[in-house]
Parts: sequence; structure tokens; C-alpha cells
Amino acid sequence: MKILVKNARIIEPSENIDQVADILIVDGIIEKIAPKIAASGNVQEYVLDGKIVAPGFIDMHVHLREPGYEHKETIETGLDAAAAGGFTAVCCMPNTNPPIDDASVVKFIREKSEKTLNGLVDVYPVAAATKHREGKELSPMIELVEAGAVAFSDDGSPIENPEIMRRALEYSNMLGKIIIQHPEDRSLARGGMMNEGLVSTSLGLPPIPSIAEEIMIDRDIQIAKYVGASYHAAHISTAGSVEIIRQAKKKNLPVTCEVTPHHFTLTDEAVRTFDTNTKMNPPLRTKADVDAIKEGLRDGTIDVIASDHAPHSFDEKEVEFLEAPFGIVGLETAVGLAITELVIPKILSINQLIEKFSINPRKILSLPSVKIKVGEKTNFTILDIQKQWKVDAQKFKSKSKNTPFDGRTLIGKCFAIINNGRVHFSD
Amino acid sequence: MKTKPKLIDELGMHRTLTRLAHEIIEHNKGIESIALVGIKTRGEFIAKRLAERITSIEKKELLIGMLDITLYRDDLRAKLKQPILKGTDIAFDVTDKNIVLVDDVLFTGRTIRAALDQLMDLGRPKTIQLAVLIDRGHRELPIRADFVGKNVPTSDNQEIQVRLKEVDGEDSVLLIEKV
Amino acid sequence: MPLQSRHLLGLEGVSRDDIQLVLDTATNFREVLERPIKKVPTLQGKTIVNLFFESSTRTRISFELAERRLSADVVNFSVAGSSVAKGETLKDTARNIEAMKIDMVVVRHSSPGAALFLSRVMNANIINAGDGTHEHPTQALLDMYTIREKFGKLEGLNVCIVGDISHSRVALSNIYGMQTMGANVSVCGPTTLIPKDIKKLGVKVYHNIDDAIRDADILNVLRIQLERQDRSFLPSTREYHNYFGITKERLSKSKKPITIMHPGPINRDVEISADVADGEQSVILQQVLNGVAVRMAVLYLLGTGN
Repeated sequence: MKILVKNARIIEPSENIDQVADILIVDGIIEKIAPKIAASGNVQEYVLDGKIVAPGFIDMHVHLREPGYEHKETIETGLDAAAAGGFTAVCCMPNTNPPIDDASVVKFIREKSEKTLNGLVDVYPVAAATKHREGKELSPMIELVEAGAVAFSDDGSPIENPEIMRRALEYSNMLGKIIIQHPEDRSLARGGMMNEGLVSTSLGLPPIPSIAEEIMIDRDIQIAKYVGASYHAAHISTAGSVEIIRQAKKKNLPVTCEVTPHHFTLTDEAVRTFDTNTKMNPPLRTKADVDAIKEGLRDGTIDVIASDHAPHSFDEKEVEFLEAPFGIVGLETAVGLAITELVIPKILSINQLIEKFSINPRKILSLPSVKIKVGEKTNFTILDIQKQWKVDAQKFKSKSKNTPFDGRTLIGKCFAIINNGRVHFSD
Repeated sequence: MKTKPKLIDELGMHRTLTRLAHEIIEHNKGIESIALVGIKTRGEFIAKRLAERITSIEKKELLIGMLDITLYRDDLRAKLKQPILKGTDIAFDVTDKNIVLVDDVLFTGRTIRAALDQLMDLGRPKTIQLAVLIDRGHRELPIRADFVGKNVPTSDNQEIQVRLKEVDGEDSVLLIEKV
Repeated sequence: MPLQSRHLLGLEGVSRDDIQLVLDTATNFREVLERPIKKVPTLQGKTIVNLFFESSTRTRISFELAERRLSADVVNFSVAGSSVAKGETLKDTARNIEAMKIDMVVVRHSSPGAALFLSRVMNANIINAGDGTHEHPTQALLDMYTIREKFGKLEGLNVCIVGDISHSRVALSNIYGMQTMGANVSVCGPTTLIPKDIKKLGVKVYHNIDDAIRDADILNVLRIQLERQDRSFLPSTREYHNYFGITKERLSKSKKPITIMHPGPINRDVEISADVADGEQSVILQQVLNGVAVRMAVLYLLGTGN
């Protein structure tokens, strides 16, 4: 099967390419890239009018919820949402039921995802670092890697015990896999519902101090340094965390991190509405934190943008604030928020955006790189960075609609993705 | 709106109130255990003027109190605007008193019904009498006044406006045609 | 001029005019409470549900008296033996109660924002009788009424709230309401019971009770909640009493008499000594009486007019 993509603005940061050209794809492989390619024979043709073709985006922090919580999301709906949001791959987190702490669960997810949308979206399971995600005993990491796990995390919960953290880092490092920490000191954050500050004081909501996150990252970096293993901090949210990681990177420590779109878009002021879609963990922080995160994104301290897509059914969120579960969906708003909040205000260039959505996460996870180059497999995210659109949660492909961004106007959207020989349009 | 000539002017009001004071004294054969209770807002001032006259005739002080019937109104649920409470001030025990309720205009009788209920909640008066400056008819309840300044038969599209110096800067009663 | 909102969810953002209106209206109901028959027919035909998800004796009784004295039909719903114990959500509970054609809901709940939540899922007028550690607006209104009754004003008075500020809905409502009315509000307590950013709300913070007493016209003494001690906010209640407790001896150092308030229930000889609680500067029982009048005023203002 032949596909001809015409008039595309190809951006391939790893090859320093930014050019307008046509791309001919034959049986899923890039056959030719040239200024003008004439259609010949049986060719599906797409004219992009200068829309950006980038190496396929990956969201390295997604809760697909299956198995166990299919009322929130299934692999099928989650991947549909990922494709609509512009992701050709996702990493799914292990806090399912049963958790991904056994090779059979990894296999289940892989097999099911390969059948979904004809394998349009690649799924890379992140397995639990400890059995039952309880932080007590290491999970069978070798078996899990053989089954297809790409990294380890107890996400949803931190690996609290420093000795277990040490062992997890050591053992996973032997396998060439990273530990992704949910950085939270649970004793400091106990009972907390939102960022500690003026707003938590005004609303009487139990606070989560910024140090609960920072202390954990600080500790983890010391352990990672001591054992010489790679460490990735998930969803960092405070100015202090940015600074701690910046300093670690200056010392060339193998430390990386990610941030979610909501943590660079919203502040804890949003919680004043008591909207349970502003309740997430880590919580929304202050303006100063948002500014520090933007700076961290700009100067490269923050490697990755990941959505922390955390679907919850409407009735789970339609409860009093204390009772509501933490988290929001993010797959279908991540790209739009990143372009609106970061690219338009010139905090990030398009190249940097592509690095953080595509190149860096693959590098961190040691996944095969994706390149727009003759002879490579086709794995594209096609962006319309001018498109103005309004978020409509009811139109989400995700089974859950828990977003604080419903009704918000964004600029920039995924137009289509091409992966594993399939073309998929977002709208 | 069209304003007709005054039904009562300043002098007329003076005379009417004096006559009402005399009638109250005569009817009660003196002022022993009599108390005047004005219904806010204008009834309060009419009651005060009646009290002055009765005191000057009988050379004796008499009890006077004020009633805000808002909390007893039967149209609170239907009213679009919320009335402001003006406060009830009755500094004596109403039990066994001959109470003379005083209001400016007697119309449907609903205000008087509310005032009667409220008085009953305050104690057990021996009798309750009613004095009004104007009775304009159109009663909706079986209520009548014992002392009437002037009977003014009116139609539905007319309104009576009692103006008092204390509130309105002049003493008069006007008949107003609603258009 | 009716209130600007059809609910009373908190005092944050409530205008000076609205607070004034509630306090002025309450004066009328204080007079009703002095009558032989302490009841008026004002809310006849209205049905009010007292929805209490947390145990509370005095607030519920105060509301219930206020409701009955306005001749409303009253239904009490408390968590014990209710469907909530069977796992029903707050929204379902609210919808079910509303389906029975009720007019107003008085709600006490442990979650901040619970009253606001109800106002979003119900048509009834909602009155917040305490939402977790957020607000308790009628308590602050009755505190203000009591102060105004004694001092004739709130403006310029120095009101110090003493005790567990971090876990107090009374403190927050007091701060919002009294600041709006022009009082100078301060707080006093051990650092562990004072929220980190409270100064940003414009309140002065004391950690020494003698300094607080020196500057105050009124002390609003909060209950030290023994049940929170598992989290080690305080070494002991004995230590609290010794360093923060309001005693006659401490008060005697002040040049002027200081009015003592307490939202109750009192832990005698923990946050306040018995002789101070019962002393002549204490207006604690007036607060209780005024509470009924203030709640009648709120019910009247929300329950009549459109």
C-alpha cells in the first residue's frame, strides 16, 4: 500500500531537519522524501498544507485502568483517546487490579493493545517495582522485562522505604531499565487534598506541602547516585523539585523528570471552585511553581511532557472534595495545552516540544528511536499548530470526562497520526 | 396616574383625629386599661397623635406600642420583594388590656388579621378594637373598624394615599386613579 | 434589599451590606425570643431538612429551634442509621431528599465545599452549618451579633481568635466576616495549630498569649480538639493549658476588661479555665441565645421573597 503525504512541514530535531516536502510511504516504510513527488499508481494522497509532520509522540505516563477498572477506561478507549490526542505510543502505569507485577498481566495488556485499532498505538507497559505495589518486596523484574515491561514504578504510590528504593534501582539498572518514582513523602502529605498555601488556608482544605515531593526527589537522587542507576521523577510540580533536578543534572547524575500539562497551566487558585477536577496528586501549585516549571522546560531541566492521564468515571468525581479520587484525563488535551501554554508564548520552540513529547521519553526509556528518514518505519504525529478549538469533554474518546479544561479554547491540535501502516485522523 | 383633589387636608385631618380620640374615650368610658397599638409604618404615627390628644383630654398618660406585622403576613411566600423588618415594640403586657389597633387605611383586612394573630401571640388582651383613618371597602375577611375617620368608597383601579408630616412632609389623604 | 445569594455557604466574599442586613434582621428576632409565645408564622408551609453528616448537638438544636420558631416543618436527617452508612453518595442523598419537595437544607459535613456541592446539585436554599475545616458562617454571624450587641459596632475592635486555627471552620468564617465589618482580627496559638500562610489573609499572628491579651478587646477562644492529637500537633493538653489557656490570672494583667467568647462546646480547664468561662466578662451564653435569633434571620432572609 502506498501513501503520499504532500506539502508537509517535516521537523526532525535529531537530524536538524525543518523543511517543506512530500513523503512517499510504501508498506509502512518511508520510501522517499522530496520537494515534489508525483502520484503514480494506486496511491492514497493527503495534502497537509504545511501542517507539521513530527516523529510520533509518546505519552510515557498513562493510566489505561485495564485490567480491573474498566468502568473508568479500557485499553480500547484509552488508546482511542491517545490516537485522537496525537500519540502513537503510550506507557501504561501498573496500578491496575491486578497490578502489573506479573508477566501474565504484561502479556494481557500487550496482546489486547495489539488488537486495538489494528495496533495503531504502541503500548509499553510500566511494571510495578514491588510486588502488589506495596513497597516491600521487589517484583519479578526479569520476567516482567522478558514479557515486555519497559520500566518500573509503583506509580500511584511512592517507593517509600529507602532500602527498597536502593534495591529496585540496583536490580532494574542491571536490566537497563529505569525506576519511575511517584515522588511523595506520605507522612508529610498524609490526608492532604491540595497544595499547602494561601488557597488551602482560605478553603480549609487539608494541605500537601511542596516539601513532601522535594524531600523524596532529593533522597532518591542520593540513592541513585550512590548505586549509579538511572532515576526518573514522575509528574514533578514544584519550583523546589525543578531546582533539585537542575542541580543534579549539572553534576551529570542520571536523573530525568517529566511534568504534566496541568502543572504548567493551572495554579492552586483553580481549586477555589471546589471542582473535583482540580484535585490531583501532586496537587496544583502556585504561580511561582508554574513559572519555575516553565523555566525548567525551557532550559532542559524537565525532559518530558507526560499527561498522567488518570480517568475516573463521572460519578466517582461527582462527590464532595474530600471523597473525590485524585487525577484528571489528559491524553486529548496534552498537545493543545503544550502548544497554547508553551509554544505560542515562545517558552518552547516546536523542536523542543517534539523533543519533550517524542525524542526524550524514548531515549529515557531506551525505546527504539523514531526518525523521519528514508528507510525508517513510518511513525508520525501530524500537528496543526494554528488550529483554534474548544475542549469539549463530552466528545472525548476516553471513557472518562474528568477534566478541568472543559470549554477552554486552545490553539494547536493533533491533525492525524500515522503508525504501523495506518493513518488515523483526530477529528 | 391622575391625582384628584385632596379627600382630607391638613385641617381636616386634625379635626378627624380629634373626633376619633373622643370616640375612643367615650366608647371605653375612660381610658383605664386602654393601650394604643399602631401598625407600622403610618399607623404608628397616627397612634402617637391619637395618644397625644387622648392624654390632653383625659390628663393621663396611656400605654402605646408599635407592631410590625411582616412576620405574620400571608403573602410572604408570593411576594417578589422581601420586606424589611421594622421591629415590634410593645413594652407592656397586653394581657387583660383593651387594645386599640391603629392603622391608616382599612382595605382587604389582611393586615388587621396579621396584627390580631400577632397580638394574640403576645398575650391575651381583654378586647381588641380597631381605629382607622380611612375605610376604603373591598374587605376580603370578616373584619370591621370600630372607629373610622372617613368612609371612602373606591373602585379597584383607585388607590388611597395617606400622607403624614412625619413621613411625607405633609398631612393629607389623596385618591389616586391607577391608569 | 434581599441578600445577594439564595444560599449561605460561607462569609468569604459576602458584602458588608449583606452581613449588616442579617445582623439588623436578627435584632427583630431577638425581640420575638423575648415574647411569651416565641413563635411567628413566617415560614409556615416551608419544609427544612437538617442534614447532619457529623455529630453536632448545639448547632443542630439551635437551627431546629430557629426553624420551629418560624413555624417551618422540620426534618432531621443525621448520619447514624441513614442511607449514607450504606454507601450512598452525597449527591444521591441530596437528590432523594429533594424529591420529597423540600425548600431549604441546613447541612453539616466533614468535607470542605460540601455545602457548595449541594447548592450545585439541588434547587433548595442551602445553609452551611459547617463544612469540614472550611466555614461555619452562622457561627461567625452570631459572634458578630454578640459583639455588636455589647460594643455597638465591630469597626476598629481587636478580636483575637485563640486556639486550633488550622482545623477551625469558626476561625475562617470569623476572619472573613469580621474583616469585612472592619474589625482587626488576629489569631493566637502554637505554631503547629496555625496555618502556614494565614498572614496573607491579613491577620496578625501571636504565639504568646499574654501579648495577644494585651492587644485584644475580645478573645474568641476555640475548642482544643482532643481527637486530633494522634497527629501530634501538641505535646499535651496540659502543656497547652499552661501556655495558651485563658485564665483569670492571665486576664488580670490586662488594663481593660476583655470580653470572652467561645463557640462551644467548652473543654473546661483546657483552652479556658472554668472561672473565666463563667465569669462576668464571658458572653458565651449570650452567644447561644443570639445564635437562635441570627439563624432565624438567615432562614427568614433566604426563605422569603424570590
